[in-house]
Amino acid sequence: MRVSGKGLIDRSTPVRFTFDGTSYSGFMGDTVASALLANDVRLMGRSFKYHRPRGPLTAGSEEPNALVTVKRGTDAEPNVRATVQEIYEGLEVRSQNAWPSLAFDALGVNDFAAPFLSAGFYYKTFMWPRAFWERVYEPIIRRAAGLGGLSGTANDAEYEKAHAFCDVLVIGAGPTGLMAALEAGRAGADVILADEDARAGGRLLSETHLVNGQSGVDWAAGVIAELESMDNVRIMTRTTVTGAYDQGTYGALERVSGHVAAKRGTPRACFWRIVSKRSILAAGALERPVAFQNNDRPGIMTAGAVRSYVNKWGVVPGRDVVVFGNNDDAHRTAQDLHAAGVHIAALVDSRSDAHVTGDFPIFTGAQICGSGGRLGLASVTIRTQIGTEKIATECLAMSGGWNPSVHLTCHMNGRPVWRDDIASFVPRADMIPGMVTAGACNGVFSTHGALVEGQRAAKETLEALGMKMSAAGIPETEDAPYTMSPLWAVGGTGRAWLDFQNDVTVKDIKQAAKENFRSVEHMKRYTTQGMATDQGKNSNVGALAILADVTGRGIPETGTTTFRPPYTPVPIAAMGAGAQGKGFAPERLTTSHEGTLKRNAPMIEAGMWYRPSYFPKDAETTWRQSCDREVNMLRESVGVCDVSTLGKIDIQGPDAAAFLDFVYTNTFSTLKAGRVRYGLMLREDGTVMDDGTTARLSETHYVMTTTTAAAGSVMRHLEFVHQCLRPELDVSMISVTEQWAQFAVAGPKARDVLNAVLAHQIDNDSFPFMACGPVKVGDVDARLFRISFSGEHAYEIAVPARYGASMFETLIEQALALGGGPYGMEALNVLRIEKGFITHAEIHGRVTAFDIGMERMISAKKDCIGQTMAAREGLVGEDREQLVGLKPIGAVKQLMAGAHLFDPESPATREHSEGYVTSVGFSPTEASFLGLGFLKGGRARHGQTVKLVDHMRGIETLCEVCHPVFHDPEGGKTRG
Amino acid sequence: MRFSGLRILKEGLTGNKGWRAHWRDPEPKAEYDAIIIGGGGHGLSTAYYLAKNHGMTNIAVLEKGYIGGGNVGRNTTIVRANYFLNGNSEFYSHSLKLWEGLEEDLNYNVMHSQRGLINLFHSDGQRDAFVRRGNAMVNQGDDAILLDREGVRKHLPYLDFDNVRFPIYGGLLHPRGGTARHDAVAWGFARGADMRGVDIIQNCEVTGIDIENGAVTGVQTSRGAIKTKKIGMTVAGRSGQVAAMAGMRLPIESHVLQAFVTEGLKPVIDHVISFGMGHFYISQSDKGGLVFGGDLDFYASYAQRGNLPMKEHVMEAGMTLMPMIGEAKVLRSWGGIMDMTPDGSPIIDKSHIDGLFLNCGWCYGGFKAVPGSGSVFSHLMATGTHHSEATGFRLDRFRTGVGIIDEEGTGSQHNLH
Amino acid sequence: MRLKCPVCGERDLREFFYVGDAVALDRPDADAGMDAWDSYVHLRDNPAGVTRDLWQHEAGCAAWIVVTRNTVTHEVKETALAGDVKRARG
Repeated sequence: MRVSGKGLIDRSTPVRFTFDGTSYSGFMGDTVASALLANDVRLMGRSFKYHRPRGPLTAGSEEPNALVTVKRGTDAEPNVRATVQEIYEGLEVRSQNAWPSLAFDALGVNDFAAPFLSAGFYYKTFMWPRAFWERVYEPIIRRAAGLGGLSGTANDAEYEKAHAFCDVLVIGAGPTGLMAALEAGRAGADVILADEDARAGGRLLSETHLVNGQSGVDWAAGVIAELESMDNVRIMTRTTVTGAYDQGTYGALERVSGHVAAKRGTPRACFWRIVSKRSILAAGALERPVAFQNNDRPGIMTAGAVRSYVNKWGVVPGRDVVVFGNNDDAHRTAQDLHAAGVHIAALVDSRSDAHVTGDFPIFTGAQICGSGGRLGLASVTIRTQIGTEKIATECLAMSGGWNPSVHLTCHMNGRPVWRDDIASFVPRADMIPGMVTAGACNGVFSTHGALVEGQRAAKETLEALGMKMSAAGIPETEDAPYTMSPLWAVGGTGRAWLDFQNDVTVKDIKQAAKENFRSVEHMKRYTTQGMATDQGKNSNVGALAILADVTGRGIPETGTTTFRPPYTPVPIAAMGAGAQGKGFAPERLTTSHEGTLKRNAPMIEAGMWYRPSYFPKDAETTWRQSCDREVNMLRESVGVCDVSTLGKIDIQGPDAAAFLDFVYTNTFSTLKAGRVRYGLMLREDGTVMDDGTTARLSETHYVMTTTTAAAGSVMRHLEFVHQCLRPELDVSMISVTEQWAQFAVAGPKARDVLNAVLAHQIDNDSFPFMACGPVKVGDVDARLFRISFSGEHAYEIAVPARYGASMFETLIEQALALGGGPYGMEALNVLRIEKGFITHAEIHGRVTAFDIGMERMISAKKDCIGQTMAAREGLVGEDREQLVGLKPIGAVKQLMAGAHLFDPESPATREHSEGYVTSVGFSPTEASFLGLGFLKGGRARHGQTVKLVDHMRGIETLCEVCHPVFHDPEGGKTRG
Repeated sequence: MRFSGLRILKEGLTGNKGWRAHWRDPEPKAEYDAIIIGGGGHGLSTAYYLAKNHGMTNIAVLEKGYIGGGNVGRNTTIVRANYFLNGNSEFYSHSLKLWEGLEEDLNYNVMHSQRGLINLFHSDGQRDAFVRRGNAMVNQGDDAILLDREGVRKHLPYLDFDNVRFPIYGGLLHPRGGTARHDAVAWGFARGADMRGVDIIQNCEVTGIDIENGAVTGVQTSRGAIKTKKIGMTVAGRSGQVAAMAGMRLPIESHVLQAFVTEGLKPVIDHVISFGMGHFYISQSDKGGLVFGGDLDFYASYAQRGNLPMKEHVMEAGMTLMPMIGEAKVLRSWGGIMDMTPDGSPIIDKSHIDGLFLNCGWCYGGFKAVPGSGSVFSHLMATGTHHSEATGFRLDRFRTGVGIIDEEGTGSQHNLH
Repeated sequence: MRLKCPVCGERDLREFFYVGDAVALDRPDADAGMDAWDSYVHLRDNPAGVTRDLWQHEAGCAAWIVVTRNTVTHEVKETALAGDVKRARG
């Protein structure tokens, strides 16, 4: 019901929205909850376990009951708090967790079965018969559980992430936060003031007392106007600081456009990482309910929420209201409603010595002990010293006192401290380094106190920053003492709710304690109290008090559970913003990318790079046809391949040679300038790290190549070895992977292709196998390396990356003219398998130099990384699996990578596995599948037969164990 | 008291007044035949199997806080046997078999749900590696099915098959993989051990290990000295500190692993899914929350909490793989302390001190190992010999290089496993 | 988490690569014996408290940094260039 003359809503702008298909009208500034209450709709949801009818308990983000789904289809957002979602024209709101309808929910039957669904009941049953868990019980439980539903289709909404930096982050823009931000802003600090509400002001927007003779709303507006005029202050509304992390880093969720109809180009939300030198927590406090029988009916709310609805939104949640509390603050609700013309059916204060005045029935030393009504509150029962009395009412405003919002202070595992006088936890100092807590979150509840606290927090913070504060006067305002007397649960026989959403009652806590779930963590996990979407904001302290009571301990000894980030839930799409689709990782493209696409080559991912799989020709219908042709082409004439993705590291300095001798197993100081050598690199644990060729361009200048996969880790390793182990070496290194475009030109006609593009001709004498040196392509300085990964006469030519695209085109043009052409990764793989060259399929991190037959490459004449550990018995044992070649010799002519190897007579079981296949390709050269793999004692078993079994694809075949080099084992072609 | 549907009916009709403590809170005795340090999943299951399989009932589990408060209560609840290296294969296979009878054995519903686990792969090379793994699983006698892209689509139609940065080539389905209700595992073992006479002593911190002439004689605790000749150390996350009480230095570095749960949602993910091109794995709890996790934060830490970069990375991986989860809201994130070893595999072995047995180094694979670990560790403690399914977890393998079990192939940098 | 790179200033965690305990600086001689090597490559003090570990400012200046840090609170006490630390030890 709307109350005239109250609220901050814009009554000149009506807004229409729907709830479960029915159209309702509200005003600009309404939330779904306030607008529905204005339309006398109190039923907004169902509880999790018993499907009890529920309306809003609160007026904020801590809401446990009024969870709804907004919008529909790919745009739908489940589990939205009706108390936070602002309405806009056309907003579609749907209830959730109810079937067939919110008013008649079939699973409401659970409520009648409640005696059998007590705390932890599911741990004690559903065990028989065994197969029924996955097939019967679990599916039923899963369907009944859950709140809202995901659409099941890709997210359509846009999200963003951003960084912000400031001197002072002020969290919360109530009176404390406003005062703190004002002082910090005036002192010249860079300030971010963040508040989760749509409008700054905090409780000032929900209260009626004056500040400096103005309404709290106007005073706040004045402060905000001044803050907005400062260049060094940024006010972020609809922004919840969700987590406190190390070194002044905070996470924050800004709801950018959830309050208006979606518009392309505007994100729904932005996740901020705010780095602040200091922070001030002014997060306020949350009111707690009182547990009594059936305290969960729609229409029963916290007293402060009822005050918010009337003062902030001009709404009263019923035609008459009963107020029930254990503290003076609750009286305000009665007074504000009364002043607004709302009928107060009763004010009930549990304290017999409470001092209350008002023109409405007042009961002191009394309690509400029950409620009536079906889908909404109809009556409450008051228990006084003389008996009980039932009073008709549609709304109960209850207050069990206020809990300081200490949540963020606990994000680094700090434990708050109990204060008996306010029966609440308050933060200790320095729970978050650099954070000062102030105001209600610090246990100071009057508005005057909040302003003083805000100023104090600003002063401490500015001093820590070496800045000066010119203290403003504290405005005159309400400074009532907060007096209360704890009241956790009203005695009685029925069910009294603590955790509303998860349906955890006082009885559940008592049962848990009886079953020895007496640790607060056990109680939480056993009953699920505190594990609902409000993270226990409404129930933790109450449940703890009950637990302390039944276990005969004090609350401080009983302890608390830990509040963990986020403060309020954050969409995965927000923290994962930018990654949907291709955004997850950078796409690295070679200079030949366009030229490759132009030739219709399918691209495959190679780490973050894209490389061509093969270059199809018109008549070819399968990749194998193209691959076979490319292999033959290269073996017969010439092929061109972009190999720029391999890591290239430029290493220079007088000690470059000594450095390389230390990182490689073999020796590079003896390499002559103008020559290239293959190098093997170990990890310090003696296992192979990477391999590649390194060219010596001059006495003091080397260029190392790494595999594509290990380019980054090798670069890091080299820097580690230099800076951390051998800083005395005068050597520098830098990655030049992206600076040089490099192309393999391989095949009998490779030199012809090169001589067609080089400014000066080369021949076998001027450029023998493993030679390197500067060359010119036209006017461009290039580098030529005579190395081969195919076993053919081959070169790699490197040009500055800006010439890469044209170099690629030129080389292909020349190759085509000689019957050659481009080749892709499939052919490259077959070519290297034919030649027995290894890749990371073989050197997969568990393989030693011994395993690949390269133990002699570990020079004994010098120390190198990994040398000592590589000599350990476990790394050189003859029974280790050693690199072998494999050829199918059985009826089945196919080899499968990933298959295991067995003795032909042995069953294919783990105990009998003797090895496995790492790489397989069909060799058109050998007209057979060829494989590389590892086999126990394999080097001594060439010529033997082993059984290959691939359970995954149902293939079993016999193979001959071979030397891994199938093609041109003498290497004559490479040298020719 | 035996738990059953009938018992629930009876209690429900009589006001739920008859429920009793799931385990006692006894005072520590002056001496035990064996002491387990650490009342987590591994400690409690070790105690249970010591009592059940080896008749050792005069034993105590000493827990410095509340039982199940370590990693058994803070993980992503995945249960699987999909390892491929000797040492791991047979052990996790053994453990999974114990899971499969656990509810009946414990008379406690730990909600072991064999909903199927799918490891996705995104390149030919990854496929080959998963084929090797799948073959190893079948060789071991476990189950594995290779799915091609269409096979994955049939199970997981909501993945992004069209725009994803790293295309889905296929997946390895492990039908017997799944999840369990993590807390219930600790409580169920505790109750089972307690019923067999084991003393579970909470709020009892071990402050020293007494050693005389190279043999264990007892422990010092916050609740006094207790004599014993056998100590089993099951304090993963804190192994370094407890081992130091015995003068040992372990090949372990402690790291933080974060995990996340969303608000409750109607059923939408039926499997356990693991992304192959970024660390991300996800399942949906019976309560409806999406439970997911990723990689270590990468720095040594005992803080049981992490930082934003890994949180964001994990959720970015989720968004690229299955953008339909975007509107699920993360409710809670937490961190556990991981005992990271140089090869990513655990240590279950005797120590050089007579009577001191080590069970540590579980990295982030400890939850699924809980029944298996208790079974084989109790065997080692009771008989002095390694259980046949756990001969590979030797402490000296790092020093000798014999029998290194490096599934990731990343070598002796502790945080890379 | 933020670390102060001695070259670049305070930067976000995501710019850094972590390798582990700063024991990595103390590489034994090749003939130091297996105790020394086992200790260097595998064994760790792993303190719950102040430790010194090695990070690289990989996405920045590539400097390797010795960070003195508390593993329980994540407080960073000091950072220094690994090369300087190593050289100072001689």
